[in-house]
Amino acid sequence: MSPRNALRTTTFRLALAYLAIFVASSATLLGFIYWATSGAIDRESEQIIEAELTGLREQYRQWGIVGLVRVIEERSKGDRADEMRYIVVGPRFERVTGNLSVWPPELRDRRGLVEFPLSVRVGDRSEKRQTMAMAFDLPNGFRLLVGRDTKERSEFRERVIGAIAWSLALTLAFGLMGGYWVSRHLMRRVDAINRTSGEIRAGDLQQRVPVTGKGDEFDQLALNLNAMLDQIERLMGGMRQVTNNIAHDMRTPLNRLRARLEVTLIEKPDEARYREAIQETIDEADRLIATFNAMLSIAEAESGSKAESLARTELAPLVDHVAELYEPLAEEKGLTLTVAHAGVAVARADRHLMSQAVANLLDNAIKYAPAPGAITVRTADTPLGAEITVTDTGPGIPPESREAVLARFVRLEQSRSTPGNGLGLSLVQAVAKMHGAELTLADNAPGLAVTLRFPPIRDARPPAK
Amino acid sequence: MKILVIEDDREAAAYLVKGLEESGYVVDHAATGTDGMFLASSQPYDALVVDRMLPGMDGLTIVETLRRQGRTMPVLILSAMGEVDDRVMGLKAGGDDYLAKPYAFAELLARLEAVLRRGQSGQPTTRLIVGDLEMDLLSRTVKRRGQVIDLLPREFRLLECLMRHAGQVVTRTMLLEKVWDYHFDPQTNVIDVHVSRLRQKIDRGFDKPLLNTVRGAGYCLREPA
Repeated sequence: MSPRNALRTTTFRLALAYLAIFVASSATLLGFIYWATSGAIDRESEQIIEAELTGLREQYRQWGIVGLVRVIEERSKGDRADEMRYIVVGPRFERVTGNLSVWPPELRDRRGLVEFPLSVRVGDRSEKRQTMAMAFDLPNGFRLLVGRDTKERSEFRERVIGAIAWSLALTLAFGLMGGYWVSRHLMRRVDAINRTSGEIRAGDLQQRVPVTGKGDEFDQLALNLNAMLDQIERLMGGMRQVTNNIAHDMRTPLNRLRARLEVTLIEKPDEARYREAIQETIDEADRLIATFNAMLSIAEAESGSKAESLARTELAPLVDHVAELYEPLAEEKGLTLTVAHAGVAVARADRHLMSQAVANLLDNAIKYAPAPGAITVRTADTPLGAEITVTDTGPGIPPESREAVLARFVRLEQSRSTPGNGLGLSLVQAVAKMHGAELTLADNAPGLAVTLRFPPIRDARPPAK
Repeated sequence: MKILVIEDDREAAAYLVKGLEESGYVVDHAATGTDGMFLASSQPYDALVVDRMLPGMDGLTIVETLRRQGRTMPVLILSAMGEVDDRVMGLKAGGDDYLAKPYAFAELLARLEAVLRRGQSGQPTTRLIVGDLEMDLLSRTVKRRGQVIDLLPREFRLLECLMRHAGQVVTRTMLLEKVWDYHFDPQTNVIDVHVSRLRQKIDRGFDKPLLNTVRGAGYCLREPA
């Protein structure tokens, strides 16, 4: 992916927007800090000057000009002499004492706190120093000035402004870099998905979206997409297989049908023979229609279009109803059909499709179990979910074939001589899938035990009418 | 009896018209939805056989429109879509019965007879009589020639269905739908077994059988000639 693309991504735009907000809020915060600290320094200078003035005024009142001069001379030599400025002048601004050589001309007429640049001697050079000062008129025409060097304050101010500028610049730089990096990183993952889907659309169904193993949202997305692709591939494979099976299973009866009609035409039959041939043809057509119907039912159950028709259903009455339909058939064949219920098994089910699935299981059991034998249908409410189990005492299905019989048109009996189309268990399987139920084939020793286990129902609402 | 067939497939229509005429009905045919709608609303028919997907006007729309006009003639809907939901839609639109394609003509005839019969008696029946067989729906008892016949509940429902359509062919699919309320093809002859058990109970020991098998179609309960 080119860097230009990364700049155009949604992620990068989001990062920019976030950065703008972040910079604005940090600028506000830093500005406030600057305002609060520099203000505090100003106030501190004022207080120092005022306190100094008050002290000196006090000295003057008590000791007169001589006392004041003495104190100022002391102060001018003290440890703060470098920072503080003092001068006492007479009525004509002639210097009396202090560490300034002249009364600053700026303060001739002004009173109160004044800030101005002042020339001071530093070593043997004269230097302009920003000074904050206040003058005070003493009795007898004397004037007193107390000032404070504000160099430290300006330096601090400059440092703070510098720090603020730098931190904003760094925030901006890091933000832009971070945004760019995040966009590139995310874009790489999205790009991988786009590339894979492109390849799949181009016909390579085997491609899968790479999974990094970090378990993040992109991995989740990739896993979901891959699961979807697996399902699509499986369905397409299934479809191919079904087409082949249809070609085989439908072609055979259609061929038989055609041959029968042809032979009937050739053999110059009487009317009775014609009628018989036509009747046989109709029976064959009926079987074909039944096969088609079964395939449609499977397709419908597999497409899951009925998902909204799933309703809270008690399994016992449903099973009883189907068993009632099949009971005479079992009895006729010399099989005993027993129904047993353990607890109240409830599942979210489509009554019609589920009845058909149970009917198919019973149909199979009756078809394959030799007489005398026993068929049982059980419903049970287990901690793992509601169950329907159909067992018979027939030949069963060897473990290695159990997967195969669930596929469409698969019949273990190679000759395909017993009636049936090999769709019975496929339908049960499709119905089970649609219900989110688990279909297991097991050994009933002897015979087959087929179990449908439904996922537990979470809501405990009473059944809807 | 005059029947209107609204079906766009020429071959299917020809076959339907011929079959119905041979069964003794007077048949009109419309090949489009609009023609069918025009005929159905301008002439008196005893029943309608309507294909669901038609050029011009959809079959369900025709039925709905006719019902809104207050026309009550029985309607049998034909459709390639035979799932339970499609049936429900067809019946809600005002159809009396619904038959999925491909269908056996015997099935169509049996269902048509059934819906035609529906229009005739409005009274709720409490007693059904076919020959010397009597069914009392209130006390739920069945007697033949005064002799009480013990039936299981499902056998009773089966017999009731056959007696309500006495003299008509009732197909296996119809029995499965009406007696068990299932709309699927059982793979085996499960209905035949039920009918043969019922036959044993009502016909055994009597010289004239009432319950007859109609080859290739279904069953018919009728008074022996």
